[in-house]
Order: sequence, then C-alpha cells, then structure tokens
Amino acid sequence: MTDASSDPASVPSPGQPAPALSIRGLAKRFGGKIAVDGISLDVPAGSFYGMVGPNGAGKTTTLSMATGLLRPDFGTALVHGTDVWSEPLEAKKLMGVLPDGVRLFDRLTGEQLVSYAGLLRGMDRGTVRSRVPELLAALDLGADAGTLVVDYSAGMTKKIALASALIHAPRLLVLDEPFESVDPVSATNIRGILDSYVASGGTVIVSSHVMDLVQRMCSHVAVVAAGRVLAAGPVDEVRNGSTLEDRFVDLVGGGRRTEGLEWLRTF
Amino acid sequence: MVAHLLSLKWRLLLNGFKRSPGQLIGMAIGGLYAAGTVLTLLVGLVALRWADAEIAQTVVVLGGALAMLGWLVVPFLVSAADMTLDPARFTTSAIPAPQLLAGLALAGFIGLPGLSTALVSLATVASWWRSVPAVAGALLGAALGALSCVVLSKVVTTATASLASSRRYKDVSSLVIFVPLVLMGPVVAGVAQGLAGSSDYLPGLAKVISWTPLGAAWSLGGDLEAGDAGAAGLKFLVAVATLAGLFLCWHLLLQRALVTPPYAGGTSRKGGRLGLFALLPATPTGAVAARSLSYWFRDPRYAGSLVVVPLLPVIFLFSSAQSGSYVMLSVLAPMTAFLLAWSISADTSYDNTAFALHLAAGVRGIHDRLGRALACLAISLPVVLLFVIGPFFITGDWAWLPNIMGLSLGMLFTGLGLSSVVSARYTVAVPLPGDSPFKKPPGNVAQTLAVQFGGMGVLLLLVAPELGLTIAQALTGNPVPGWINLVVGPVLGLVLFAVGVRLGGKWLDARGPELFAQLTVNR
Repeated sequence: MTDASSDPASVPSPGQPAPALSIRGLAKRFGGKIAVDGISLDVPAGSFYGMVGPNGAGKTTTLSMATGLLRPDFGTALVHGTDVWSEPLEAKKLMGVLPDGVRLFDRLTGEQLVSYAGLLRGMDRGTVRSRVPELLAALDLGADAGTLVVDYSAGMTKKIALASALIHAPRLLVLDEPFESVDPVSATNIRGILDSYVASGGTVIVSSHVMDLVQRMCSHVAVVAAGRVLAAGPVDEVRNGSTLEDRFVDLVGGGRRTEGLEWLRTF
Repeated sequence: MVAHLLSLKWRLLLNGFKRSPGQLIGMAIGGLYAAGTVLTLLVGLVALRWADAEIAQTVVVLGGALAMLGWLVVPFLVSAADMTLDPARFTTSAIPAPQLLAGLALAGFIGLPGLSTALVSLATVASWWRSVPAVAGALLGAALGALSCVVLSKVVTTATASLASSRRYKDVSSLVIFVPLVLMGPVVAGVAQGLAGSSDYLPGLAKVISWTPLGAAWSLGGDLEAGDAGAAGLKFLVAVATLAGLFLCWHLLLQRALVTPPYAGGTSRKGGRLGLFALLPATPTGAVAARSLSYWFRDPRYAGSLVVVPLLPVIFLFSSAQSGSYVMLSVLAPMTAFLLAWSISADTSYDNTAFALHLAAGVRGIHDRLGRALACLAISLPVVLLFVIGPFFITGDWAWLPNIMGLSLGMLFTGLGLSSVVSARYTVAVPLPGDSPFKKPPGNVAQTLAVQFGGMGVLLLLVAPELGLTIAQALTGNPVPGWINLVVGPVLGLVLFAVGVRLGGKWLDARGPELFAQLTVNR
C-alpha cells in the first residue's frame, strides 16, 4: 500500500489487480469551510481498511464522495477501476454502503427494509427471500424481523442498515461508524461476519473513533485530520511500535496533559 | 425558584424567536391571529357591561366553561404540545415540589395560549364593572378560572405523557384530529343552528354549570352583582376546591412520572410477512411502488390525506344542501384528483435522508419516479372514479358525466406527471418522518410557497384544454364538448404523465446527489 499523493505515477500497472477503492485529490468545500482538502488513498482489494480521525476530520464527507452520495468539488473515485462519478450505476453495483446519520425508511418492518434494499438493486425475489432471514439471524435480528424499524433501538437500527448494505453481496463494503451504539455481543458477531467476508476476498472500509478496535480489527489504516491524510498504510507500519491510540494523538495533536480542575478533587 | 422557572420559560420563548427569521414570521402570524381573536373577545366582554345581567352571566359562565374544556381536550389531540418545560427535565435538579408546581403553573401563562386566556379572563372584570362586590368577585373568579385552565392542561399532559410517547398513540391521535378540523365548517354551522333554535335554554344551562367545577369560578361576579352572597360563597368554595384538587392530582401524577420514565418500546414481532413486497413485481419499480403504498397506510403524514378523502363528499354535500344547488358536487372529483396527485409533489421531501438508500443503491431515476406515481395512482384512481360517478346518482344530470370524467382523469394523470418532475428537483418544508402532520416543519418557507404555488399554476396551464372543454359545455349547454373531453382528458393526461415521469427520472439521474444534499439540510 502506498500513500498515493503523486497522481499519475500511481496508476496501477497492468497485471496488478486494481485497488478496491482508489481516490485521487478529493476535495469539498461547504460555504467558507473546507471539509476535505485533497485526499488521495488506495484501498487494496481484500484489505480491512480503517479510517480514523477526530470529530469533523472529514471522514464522513470523504466516504460520501467515494460512494456517490455527495458530488466532490475536485477529484475522482474509482471502485475496482469504475469511476463513481462518470459511471455511477455501474460503480454502485459493486458497493454496499452504510452511511452515518441518515434516516431509514423506518415505517417498513426490518425484513421489508432489507428486502426493499435487495429489490431496488434489481435482485430477483427468490434470492432476496432466501438471503433476508439468514442475514437477519446472523445479526441477531431474527426475533424482530416483523417489527417496524421505527420501533427499533439505536443499535438494532444500525444493524438493519448494515443488513441493507450487505444483501446484494457487494465486492466493497463502505461502513461509516458501523459499531456506534451496537452492543458488544452484536459487535463481535458483526466482526465475525466482516472477517470472513474479507477472508473470502471482499474489501471493507470502516470509519471509527475507537482506536483499539481499529488496531485489532483492521489490516490497513488511514489517519485523517482537518480534511487531509496524515498517515496511511498497514496498521503495523502506521503505529510504528506504539499503540495506534498514542500514535494517533501524536499525529493529530491536541492531547493535553491533565492538569487544572483541582477543585474536582476537593469535594 | 419560581422566579427562576419563569425567567427560564421567558428565555426559551425569546430564543425561539432568534432561531430563524422564518420562525419569527410564523410566530408573528400566529401572534396576529391570536391577537385578533383575543381583541374580539375583549371587545365583546367589555360590551357585555351594558347588557342585561342575566345575559352577561350566561355568556361569561358558558364561555369560561368552554375555555376549560378546550384546555382539557387540546393536549389530547396535539401530541406536539408545548413540552419546553417538561417536568421530567427537572428530575435531577432536586427542586422542592411546591415550588416546582407553582413555577411551572405560572410559567404556563408565558406563551400565546396562556397569555390569551389570562387576558380574556381579566376582561370579565370589565363585564362586571357594575358594583364593587361584583368587580371583586369577577377578579377573584378570573384568577381562579385562568389558573385552573392551565393546571388542568398540566394534569392532562402529565397523565398522558407516557401514553403520548408511544408511537402508536401519536400516529392515531395525529390522524384523528383531521376529522374535527375538516368537518369544522359543517359542525359549527350545525351547532349554531341548534343554539339559535333553543336560546332560551341557555341561561338554565349556565345556572347548572355554574355549580360545577367547570363554571363555578366564572359565576362569582354575576352572583355578587345579583346580591346572592350565599351562592357566591359556596361557588367560591367549589372553585377553590377544584383548583386544589387539580394541584393535588398534578402533584401525585408528577411524583409517579418522575420515578417511572416513559417507556416507548413495542412488542417484537417475528418475520415472514413481506406484505406488498410479496405482491407487487420484484423489480425496482415494483419495490418502490410497494414501499410508497405501505407508507400511504402506515405514515400519518400520508395517511392523513386518506382520512380526509372520505370527508370531502360530506363537506361538498353539506354546502350543496345549504345553497340548494348541486353544481358544487361536480367539482368534487376534479378537486380530489388534484389534491391526491399533487400530494406526491413533496415525496422526496417526505423521504428526508432515507432517500440515501435509493441513491446508494443506484436506482434509476425513471424507476424511482414511476414506482411512486403508480403507488399514488393505485389509491387515487378508484377514489376519483367513485367521486366522478357517485354524485350523478344525486343530481341525475348524467349529460355531464363524460365531461367530468375527462376533466378528472386529465387532472389526475397530468398532476401525477407534474408531481414526478417537481419532487425530482425541488424540496419543500414538510414535517419530519415520525413528527405529527401538524408540526411546523423546519426549512425554507419561501421556497416551499414558491414551489407549491408555482407548481399549481403550471398544473392549471397544463389542464387548460380540459378546463376549456368543461367551460364550453357550461356556457353552451351542448354535450359535445363533454364527449370530446372524455377522450382528450385521459389521452393528454397520459402523455403528460409519461413525459413527467421521464423528465423527472432524467433530472433525478443527473442531480440525485444535489437533491440529497438539499434533503440533508432539513433533517
């Protein structure tokens, strides 16, 4: 994995497989604020790729631009060699997306929502029918399959959104904060599903705040802050001997020594 | 502490103004409306000063009782009741109960309904500006009455708080409220007629009510003016006991509510029921149609229109019966076609950010448009056909059937086509998913008005041929334009429907991400 900031040089040479996701110089400005300031990354096929960064670093914006949800001001995104912005329908077939902070069609039942996601992607009824119960059972949602999603808890909602992203067996999974408010048991199950998915050749990109989780789970990591990539590569290379959390605080800065607040110890 | 709570409520009200100019304008319009109503009531109550004492007593007691009933009923229907000072938020602050109750009760007067009630109550003092005891009694009664109103509504909201937080209750109550609102005209006219016929019955009713908790406080001024100090004393006791009882109820309910937070969960249900998704074709278009149709029945924001539809003939029949001519009935079908077809012009706005699923799945624009339009058509076509044919059994003027049929179908198909274009390009401010259909939506009010009125104007232009043929028959009395309309309406409508769905689909393919960006602003 190379930090591909030099543009034309990093075009994959023939014979080598194209990266699962290759983004070049993505940039986005909201009003006066630059959210993403020219991010370039290559996510190798078959990798479990973590994207970490402080709040407001531009993770969600970057992933939205890479998945066709938000049009970038500059830059390109290729999924297995297909340009997301010039051939959106082709590129979106290859991807399963779990966006963060969007609503679901929550007046459908859990199984209806996942079936809907499958049918929208043009899958036939038989396949959808056989996959949905299996998927819901794997995510511990079997007992609530007939409940309206609006009555789900936050963690269950996250899981049903993940199921909607998995139903069409995509080659690339882009998951924005997939473990937020998910209970530890379900999180372990989800990790199991994702691990075996990667082992069989799929590619996963997750964004997260939890460094420990990323260090244990991911093969590669990119540290993003203020709309730029600070470091990217295999996890062991990036953390360079220390823990990912310490390395992250080093890179991003802003870790304060805990002083002051003496009155908190006086009771 | 009481002063703290009052200043908190005042601050919340002021900050509400600060949030956006749109909100300020909305509040100003609401304020003007309230001011108009209050002013009318004030003038009326002051004018009562020169009326006969018995009439004044009847009006004040019955009006006061109505106000109390209003404060009792409204919190049931409007689940978006004012919960800015929700007692549950003070759970952790350890405020002594008497101070909390007093503060919250007085804070109830800060805000339009509370302030209006207080002003109108005080105006009853002017009605009894006849003798010193009467003025004193009226003043005391106004204070007791207005306070009872506010505390009564607090009792209701506290008692129903845990009920009101369940989704099913919210859904049902936000649908049920459509019925009285839509039927307001006929109901008010009916009641007015009934009252006019039995006006000598009212003073007796007022006398009885003045002994109940509803009217006791409001009758003090009148009884003292009449010199009936004994009755006034007893009624004063009734009024005080009412207020004390309400405070006690509120206190007990609050104590219980503070230690048992509302539980909003439902029962879990096993799967195996795909509903419409199993019935409609397993294609993207079919799936979108199945989803939209499910929403027409499950989402109160859509289901509200379905509740209104059966009430429309009632209104039209009523107004026809009053005017004695059934001409209005033939407007029923085209009007319904227009309302239902136009209702999906805000479809993507209703989706809100859930639209991300369509975008991420790479649904082609035309499939998205066609699915939504067909779902609406599946509901509106039978309704419109029924409304076209039904009225002719009453009017018997069958010569008009072809014309009305052509106009209605033209309106329906054209409207669906235009809506498909509008909702692919423009977002409007609508209530958020899960909110009551009556809650004031966030977002740009100016754009909403421009899109709505602009769209309706374009629709009228597009159905101009059908309208022209209808007018031609009305002017000449010749049925030939009607038969032409029977062909022109559906054919032109279907052509425009196809054009609208295609154009909307094309725009959606080109601008899907931009549309989604607009939707994320109003989440």
